[in-house]
Amino acid sequence: MSLRIMSHTSRSAVAAKRRTHALVFAALGDATRLSLVAKLCRGQPRSISQLTQGSKLTRQAITKHLRVLESAGIVQSVRQGRESRFEFDPEPMDGIKEYVDFVSEQWDHTLSRLKSFVEG
Amino acid sequence: MMNSVIEKRIELKAPVSRVWRALTDYREFGEWFRVKLDGPFVPGQMSRGRITYPGYEHVKWEAVVQKMEHERLFSFTWPHPKSLDKVDYTLDYSGEPTTLVEFRLAKTASGTLLVLTESGFDKLPGDRRLEAFRRNDGGWTEQMKNVEDYVSKYVSENHVAHKP
Repeated sequence: MSLRIMSHTSRSAVAAKRRTHALVFAALGDATRLSLVAKLCRGQPRSISQLTQGSKLTRQAITKHLRVLESAGIVQSVRQGRESRFEFDPEPMDGIKEYVDFVSEQWDHTLSRLKSFVEG
Repeated sequence: MMNSVIEKRIELKAPVSRVWRALTDYREFGEWFRVKLDGPFVPGQMSRGRITYPGYEHVKWEAVVQKMEHERLFSFTWPHPKSLDKVDYTLDYSGEPTTLVEFRLAKTASGTLLVLTESGFDKLPGDRRLEAFRRNDGGWTEQMKNVEDYVSKYVSENHVAHKP
């Protein structure tokens, strides 16, 4: 329970998370990419052709934007036959894993306090 | 599930008897764990107290002591409350999912090997994990929600705008 919040998350972990978040926000800070996310968050994986339809942009430009979203972990591509389909990945972080990693990190801090306590 | 158990192994330069006392004497436990416990640990009984870690003094400690096998094994189960944030923290832990924490001790040439395990995370419901994650990484899930709201608003507007 409680020790999870007992000590501060290490600075490097926080910095790494900030970098990830910065990447996500940067990826979303573009009208075209935001509209792609809007299309994809309805759940159906779409091909590049489908995503290009109705857009003034070329297939190439759309692909470039999709790659940016993909590298930020917001969408992922799935190979279907000869073409790639893109789908929205609403959780760039795996909830349970993140949580267990966090508790695990808290134990590191708590056990190091125990260590100084018994060795001191 | 591989990732639903935590295991830590740590070498302590102190005799097993010293480590055992630090773990099982409630005052000593409170020192390094940063909790003020009401009384001694007794197998099968609830241990109660207050967290003393700065900023979290409003959080109560509750754990049910499971095993106390002299200088070998100390274990307890404890709840994972939905939130420890001052704003939405509630004192009622009943019905909260629990995990099992075990400390195992073994004598080594230089002192004591302590093996800690915490298991049972797979029992935590999905929302709990996310809530805990939000707590862990203040505001990120909140931000994600804002983006989601924004995006879904955008979708509906977009949708309306494209209607013939």
